[in-house]
Amino acid sequence: MTDTLNGKGLALIPRTDVKQTLKDFKSDQEVRWCPGCGDYAILAAVQSFLPELGLKRENIVFVSGIGCSSRFPYYLNTYGFHSIHGRAPAIATGLAASRPDLSVWVITGDGDALSIGGNHLIHALRRNVNLNILLFNNRIYGLTKGQYSPTSEIGKITKSTPMGSLDKPFNPISLALGAEAGFVARTIDSDRKHLQGVLRQAAEHRGASLVEIYQNCNIFNDGAFDTLKDPGTRDEITVRLEHGQPIVFGTGDNERAVRLSPTGGVEVVRRAEVSDGEILVHDAHNPDPSLAFALSRLDEPAFEHVPIGVFRSIDRPSYDQLLNEQVQTATADKGTGSLADLLHGGDTWTIR
Amino acid sequence: MTKQVQQLDRVIIRFAGDSGDGMQLTGDRFTAETAQFGNDLSTLPNFPAEIRAPAGTLPGVSSFQLHFADHDILTPGDAPNVLVAMNPAALKANLGDLPKGADIIANTDEFTKRNLAKVGYDGNPLEDDSLAEWRLHAVPLTSLTVKALEGYDISKKDAERAKNMFALGLLSWLYHRPTEGTIQFLEAKFAKKPEIAKANIAAFQAGWNYGETTESFSVSYEIKPATLRPGTYRNISGNQALAYGLIAASVQSKLPLFLGSYPITPASDILHELSKHKRFGVRTFQAEDEIAGVGAALGAAFGGSLGVTTTSGPGIALKAETVGLAVTTELPLIIVDVQRAGPSTGMPTKTEQTDLLMAMYGRNGESPVPVLAAATPSDCFTMAIEAARIALKYRTPVMLLSDGYLANGSEPWRIPDIDELPDISVLFTTEPNGADGTTYLPYLRDPETLARPWAVPGTAGLEHRIGGIEKADGTGNISYDPDNHDKMVRLRQAKIDGIDVPDLVVDDPDGDARVLVLGWGSTYGPIAAAARRVRASGHKVAQAHLRHLNPLPANTGEVLRSYDKVLLPEINLGQLAMLLRARYLVDVISYNRVRGLPFKAAELAAVIQDVIESD
Repeated sequence: MTDTLNGKGLALIPRTDVKQTLKDFKSDQEVRWCPGCGDYAILAAVQSFLPELGLKRENIVFVSGIGCSSRFPYYLNTYGFHSIHGRAPAIATGLAASRPDLSVWVITGDGDALSIGGNHLIHALRRNVNLNILLFNNRIYGLTKGQYSPTSEIGKITKSTPMGSLDKPFNPISLALGAEAGFVARTIDSDRKHLQGVLRQAAEHRGASLVEIYQNCNIFNDGAFDTLKDPGTRDEITVRLEHGQPIVFGTGDNERAVRLSPTGGVEVVRRAEVSDGEILVHDAHNPDPSLAFALSRLDEPAFEHVPIGVFRSIDRPSYDQLLNEQVQTATADKGTGSLADLLHGGDTWTIR
Repeated sequence: MTKQVQQLDRVIIRFAGDSGDGMQLTGDRFTAETAQFGNDLSTLPNFPAEIRAPAGTLPGVSSFQLHFADHDILTPGDAPNVLVAMNPAALKANLGDLPKGADIIANTDEFTKRNLAKVGYDGNPLEDDSLAEWRLHAVPLTSLTVKALEGYDISKKDAERAKNMFALGLLSWLYHRPTEGTIQFLEAKFAKKPEIAKANIAAFQAGWNYGETTESFSVSYEIKPATLRPGTYRNISGNQALAYGLIAASVQSKLPLFLGSYPITPASDILHELSKHKRFGVRTFQAEDEIAGVGAALGAAFGGSLGVTTTSGPGIALKAETVGLAVTTELPLIIVDVQRAGPSTGMPTKTEQTDLLMAMYGRNGESPVPVLAAATPSDCFTMAIEAARIALKYRTPVMLLSDGYLANGSEPWRIPDIDELPDISVLFTTEPNGADGTTYLPYLRDPETLARPWAVPGTAGLEHRIGGIEKADGTGNISYDPDNHDKMVRLRQAKIDGIDVPDLVVDDPDGDARVLVLGWGSTYGPIAAAARRVRASGHKVAQAHLRHLNPLPANTGEVLRSYDKVLLPEINLGQLAMLLRARYLVDVISYNRVRGLPFKAAELAAVIQDVIESD
């Protein structure tokens, strides 16, 4: 059985003793998002969090697809690859599988990851490639100027859907859990402390980590997550998931709790109506993803209670580990390959 | 009874049967015996795309043709001298290719009323006079096999399945093939089922003995070993040679090989072969689709691996956008296209040369890519190393074209000394290259090759970003400057145009031919064989073959212009002809057939003859 590296997920990546600061991770390129874009907050959070990891900067790579968020790598002074629409997980898979000494981050959006690149995303997750995938979800197409996205709510009026969009959106967390990703979390652009806490856990998890970040597009879908940010509503709808803690949220008389429902899922009830023992205690390490999936459905249908935090964090060998083990096993069994022996293998004959 | 032994200089055998009859295996074994014996040889497997088409039907017929000789030969042969027909469908499907007077060995057990009706025979051709113009050997292969295996503890079905080994034994007797290799092969193949191994060996020996004793075969044949260039040889198919070439390129470049691939006929065998060789540090990744296959290969190349993706035409269509990304990020990448009949799904197991223009131009924007094409199965080895050499030296994606004919066909290959292989090692950039001594300019070019530096992640101080957006010359930063774009478009083109490519070599024994027959890719064998025939009949023809299609050899125009006529046979509707006409304004004469099959030497000899004789 292959040992996993969970909890010490950065063990194979060279560390530095030199103290790093936010400045070390800023590139010399001018940042060109719209003023007020949620991407600025995420960039600042990432730049200020990376020094904490203590990794050699040259061993960090950011790979992105196409979209507003995918400009991200240009603004970080690490190695970076701004690729093509939807393909970042595939390109990053080749990089991570061949270079276990790298911390590889994929920056993607709801259109990039879930529409054109949906196939690559689910396969990277199921394979458990050693990637940290940050999915900036603003529920709209920004760079193409305002068409509905695969996470837009039904009935969305946009340039391409003047009578309202028809298709049911993906819930990225449900999708990732359906693909049995080992690490699945959600956070919000405006909550830097929570965002950085989740990023840290994602970085330390060896294997595929998917972090959905609710991100505001103030031009084409402004205020999509305002109820999670507005002090008046925030605490009433945000369900903060913490491993080992009972799942409760809301304030005062409106305090609520999550418990198992008779139909096999989970349900929200008034805190006062349940005993402590009935309240579901969040277990992010449960090998069975069913409960995490049920929790991911809590925001359905009306965004009334929205879980954030780490839904799932389980330990299994990453793809690069398994691939490199096969190389090592093959070499250990028969020694490093000899080209002459290979070419002379099989039936040969000699003409003098 | 003493049997007569006759000397022949060459023979073409075609084994044909149901796709479940084991004809490819039988052909492979006969080939191995023949290679062991020292004949020169060339093979052509031909099988349906369906794994098991309905038994006994025409679409289900699978065949394997082998040409072997006491001299060097160039093709699997135009028409068989011997057809082994395991059932009525195999007879019907192949009789049209069989010249009058050829031998037919037919398995009478399968010529039942039902099987005959299935393929539209009213009567039994083995019993009426319809085959009178051929030499028919009616042999109950199945029942003879079952009878020979009576003492073995195997099912009747397993006994019947050994009939291909009986046929192989009979043919091995007929052509004096060595048998030890097949016996060892069967012992190894069925090592876990010793009774099956013994039964198959017994069937093989029974077939041999049947030839020795039956009156149906009064003559056996000897074909002396060929005199080939001294060296150690093995038989090799194009796909295997290509896989070995990629491993050799990895060894010679000192870079780990990373293959990202999605299964597709007829390229999958390269993936299968490479996945066996992890001891060489080879990492094979079976991707979720064609796009991910090339994407992962490009990602690995960014990380310092020798990135490769293998596919066939439909896959190239899907990979185009990523190849464009490799063009603009100027990373080394090898894209192998084992061409098959198109468009769309086309005929997956049949061969064609119809992807040339897609390889050249099938991307958005000005997106130049070097294009190479292997000429023979064993040439796939050489050209895989050449593709890697160009990719690494010039930091560019390279298209390497093979096709179904090369992929599955085989020929003896003189195994090269490792010392003969080129050193294609590369140096990663590890130090800043800017004038100030501290900055790294990812698009500062080598003045000679115009290649950009290659600094891989993990190299301190050289952190940089690349991507699909246009880059400023030198710094690689995003640039929308009009003049910079024009400059970058021209620089990328100039880099590819300047690749060092060997001159085109012309074979013109007398030096005064007025007609040149030109080819590219897998038509080499049939064209060269046709040129020999034309010369043997007293005419003069020069021959040249292109393996570098982009850029073309520097002397190409000069060569084309120095002949009165240039004939270009292609298994497409004139794709290279169009390029040559556009580039050199030479009135190339095209000869095109797109039947999913290689050209025949006789067919091309007649075409060359026509061109020589016409004014």
